[in-house]
Amino acid sequence: MLHKMKVKYYKYCFIFLFICAFSNLVTAQDLVKGKKIYATRCLVCHQADGGGVPNMNAPLDGASNVVGNNISRLVSIIKYGYNEKVALDGFYYSNAMTANPDLTDADIANVLSYIRTSWTNKASKITLAQVQVVKRKK
Amino acid sequence: MKTIKNIFFIALLAVTAQSQAQNNAGLKLPNGFKATLFADTIGSARHITITQNGVLFAKLMYPNKAGKSIVRLEDANKDGIADKTTGWANYGGTGIFVRGKNLYATSDNDVYLYQLNENDEVVNPLSPKTIVKGLIARNQHASKSITLDGQNNVYVNIGAYSNACQEKDRNPGSKGMMPCPILDSAGGIWKFDGSKENQVYGDGKRYATGLRNVVGLDWNTATNSLFVTQHGRDQLNSFYPTLYNDAQNAELPAETMYEMKEGDNAGWPYVYYDPYQKKKILSPEYGGDGKKEGGENAINPTAFFPAHMAPNALLFYTGNQFPEKYKNGAFIAFHGSWNRAPLPQEGYFVAFVPFKNGKPSGEWEIFANGFSGLKGDEKVKNPRNAKARPCGLAQGPDGSLYVSDDNKGSIFKITYAP
Ligand code: HEC
Repeated sequence: MLHKMKVKYYKYCFIFLFICAFSNLVTAQDLVKGKKIYATRCLVCHQADGGGVPNMNAPLDGASNVVGNNISRLVSIIKYGYNEKVALDGFYYSNAMTANPDLTDADIANVLSYIRTSWTNKASKITLAQVQVVKRKK
Repeated sequence: MKTIKNIFFIALLAVTAQSQAQNNAGLKLPNGFKATLFADTIGSARHITITQNGVLFAKLMYPNKAGKSIVRLEDANKDGIADKTTGWANYGGTGIFVRGKNLYATSDNDVYLYQLNENDEVVNPLSPKTIVKGLIARNQHASKSITLDGQNNVYVNIGAYSNACQEKDRNPGSKGMMPCPILDSAGGIWKFDGSKENQVYGDGKRYATGLRNVVGLDWNTATNSLFVTQHGRDQLNSFYPTLYNDAQNAELPAETMYEMKEGDNAGWPYVYYDPYQKKKILSPEYGGDGKKEGGENAINPTAFFPAHMAPNALLFYTGNQFPEKYKNGAFIAFHGSWNRAPLPQEGYFVAFVPFKNGKPSGEWEIFANGFSGLKGDEKVKNPRNAKARPCGLAQGPDGSLYVSDDNKGSIFKITYAP
């Protein structure tokens, strides 16, 4: 019994260290890559200031979901696009967001890191491992 | 003490009114025109309409803070600023149109008819007649704009719930569907009887097709025909970067105005209008390369404008107040672009196209500008920074022009007083 717990404990410790190692790997260069993806794929709708377009394209700057903890939702929005009539911070947005099926997990991590740390957003960066975990769960 | 307070308050009002009149509520207008801020912060004011007595009704995209989605504004003392604001209804939407004592309003699915009394107050706020029900509304381009002809027929825009009728909307590489199945129930103008209740698709008629999303429409009484302004497609550069760069996407396709006779087809999604080649160009989703022409059966626009500016309202001027040049011409409220990014945005103004004998007789020009609230000639870079976004137009019984804004909920009144 004790022995089993110990193994489990070590396993979590290892995963924890693994994630830490990877989070440190979100480098300034990754953010530059994320910014580039944003400029070519997202800016047209979400705009240079991340402010979106009223009633049309949701803002990313200051959006509670963007800086929140539901990473798997963010990953799937980027990958599969988004078109649901739901209130985001109290407002509805009528446009349909483009899917990005060709982005790699690393690209998704980079662009998410970029939008979570740009403008007035100050959330944690997203690591490759966090994106991969989401995919494995799917 | 109370009288002193009152005098002070009245003086303050007079000063505010005066300074407002001097700066034309922040608008830039041609010589001799003046503007007042008729109303402010009434909610997301989409289209507006005015009765013979000068009472203005605005349809709101969402219920406002008071929980109302149709707002009634009256200027009893005739100083150019509404002094009585009331409202009713709780559904969002865009379309509103008054003819005599019949007030039509739309949700994204239905067209309702309210009755007004001799003071233009609503008689049946909670029990309108349902004229049309069950129209398609799938998030994108879901708002229903309306107008009436002289025979009491209602024309309803049913926008296409798509950008270019791709198999997967707004997905890179996804092909255009052939034929586009959306056109059966959307992407056009439907005609219904303005007095018959509970009509559904089958009771109406697809009057005109091949229109991606019309927000502005008006019955032109000089030509006795329907005119519409279409929102052109987006994202040519996002999906076809080898055919279109950012600068080309910012200018393609033109925003267009059409005269739609019964059975006319404007060509969406198969073609778009290129303002430089002045041709209907085959959409890349249907095998186009930016040069190949298409749309043999589609009509040409009556007038066209820079891309993505979003013409949200159209009004043919029939008043006697404005100078002769404006008679029977078209005012267009441009909501303002977003799809020109990363280039600066355009629009956020009211334009004018002069008409003679039912056809444009000159170039379009900016009539009223400065809605965005930016200094000088600074362009809007990010849409959320625009203070006001022109969305609706209406002509008062005295020939004044009213412009609504769905951002801050302002109504501007423009008069000619040289
Ligand atoms: C065609 C326009 C368009 C493009 C391109 C686009 N988006 Fe979006 N995005 C939207 C719209 C519209 C919504 C809201 C959809 C809804 O409410 O149904 C949205 C929602 C989101 C959300 C959720 C916001 C929230 O508050 O929950 C995120 C995150 C997001 N987009 C990120 C991105 C990123 C990153 C890119 C580029 C890879 C991108 N978007 C590209 C239009 C777009």
